[in-house]
Amino acid sequence: MSTPIDYLLHLADNAVVLGQRNAEWCGHGPILEEDLALANVSLDLIGQARLLYQRAAELMGGDATEDKLAYFRDAHQFRNYTLLELPHHGPLVGYAAADRDYATTIVRNFLYSTLMVLVWDKLLQSKDASLAAIAAKSLKEASYHLHHSRDWLVRLGDGTEESHARVQAAVNHLMPYTEEFWTTSPAEGAAVAAGVGIDVWALRPEWDAMVNEALEEATLTRPNFHGYVTEGKVGLHSEHLSYLLGEMQGLARAHPNATW
Amino acid sequence: MSSNVDKVWATLEHLTDPEIPVVTLRELGILRDVRETADGVEVVITPTYSGCPAMGQIEDDVRASLEQAGIAARVITQLAPAWTTDWMSDEAKEKLRKYGIAPPHHTPKDVSVVKFVRRADTAPVACPLCGSTHTVVTSQFGSTACKALYRCLSCQEPFDYFKPY
Repeated sequence: MSTPIDYLLHLADNAVVLGQRNAEWCGHGPILEEDLALANVSLDLIGQARLLYQRAAELMGGDATEDKLAYFRDAHQFRNYTLLELPHHGPLVGYAAADRDYATTIVRNFLYSTLMVLVWDKLLQSKDASLAAIAAKSLKEASYHLHHSRDWLVRLGDGTEESHARVQAAVNHLMPYTEEFWTTSPAEGAAVAAGVGIDVWALRPEWDAMVNEALEEATLTRPNFHGYVTEGKVGLHSEHLSYLLGEMQGLARAHPNATW
Repeated sequence: MSSNVDKVWATLEHLTDPEIPVVTLRELGILRDVRETADGVEVVITPTYSGCPAMGQIEDDVRASLEQAGIAARVITQLAPAWTTDWMSDEAKEKLRKYGIAPPHHTPKDVSVVKFVRRADTAPVACPLCGSTHTVVTSQFGSTACKALYRCLSCQEPFDYFKPY
């Protein structure tokens, strides 16, 4: 069996969407060092996405390219977790607007990179040799992303009253979206059957332990959650993804095949 | 080794990294191999960080050097085995230190990358300027993807640390 394209797109879309989100801080970081850090994390993620899109395009054949996959698919064709497309702030009502909230950024990067160090580590054994090679690089990068976000999670959580309250609010807001990690999409099921993907469900105990340990160190409380599970990875997204893609894809669509 | 392969190695021997001009691509482990294939000579390079913007420049530099020397060779990018800072020679590390960048420690051998290594458990990074190990990390990410920002508490100088990868 061959590698399901949708599985590669799921991994690639996760990386490109979070990379695009984090890059919004470029030039707006709370301090210069964090501005640089987020730009570097984005570079890693976009680099990972490029390698995955290249592999997907290679398998698709025809005129598929990494650029076509990144710039010329619409929101419903993206296979990323809903968690990763959310703006950098809590839920709002109607036309309300809010500034970017660094606690939201840090908590999301922490939850995602904790998952990805486990995922990439297992994907080292993938029967798709290209995917295993990408996993070997991505694992090293994800571990730095985890270091960075976990450090800040603890610093903010165990910081001032204000920083604690904001990071706790971000945890309460984002944690329910992680439920999507543990459902099996058709693409994930097919990838497991083909020996190229991994059973994410099996990673849950370790992910829980790593998250709980960090939350405890950060003096934060893990919210209980039972309810609606998002389905971004099967293409059912929140309203936020099309805005994100509008910004990301606008230039490439206005000037197709432009070079500079 | 065929003369073509020798010629390519000789041409690329002194080609340096665009961001860190004191070390060569060969010393950094980016230039992996030059080999004779059925349809000509092949130059194998491997990316450092997945998103390193210097990789495009590096590939261009390799092509331009070959072209200038009048050598027809293909440049291919190979991901596996994944690049590691452990491939850097001691000489290259010393060049980095003299340039003001603390060279990378060896990547931890027995520790899985997955297991969270607490900063207190990692070996101290020596200041490339005064040699003191009384240093603190300012940020895990510096001016490029491969470096972290540190500060020396003895001589007060900030410096870059080439992160183990």
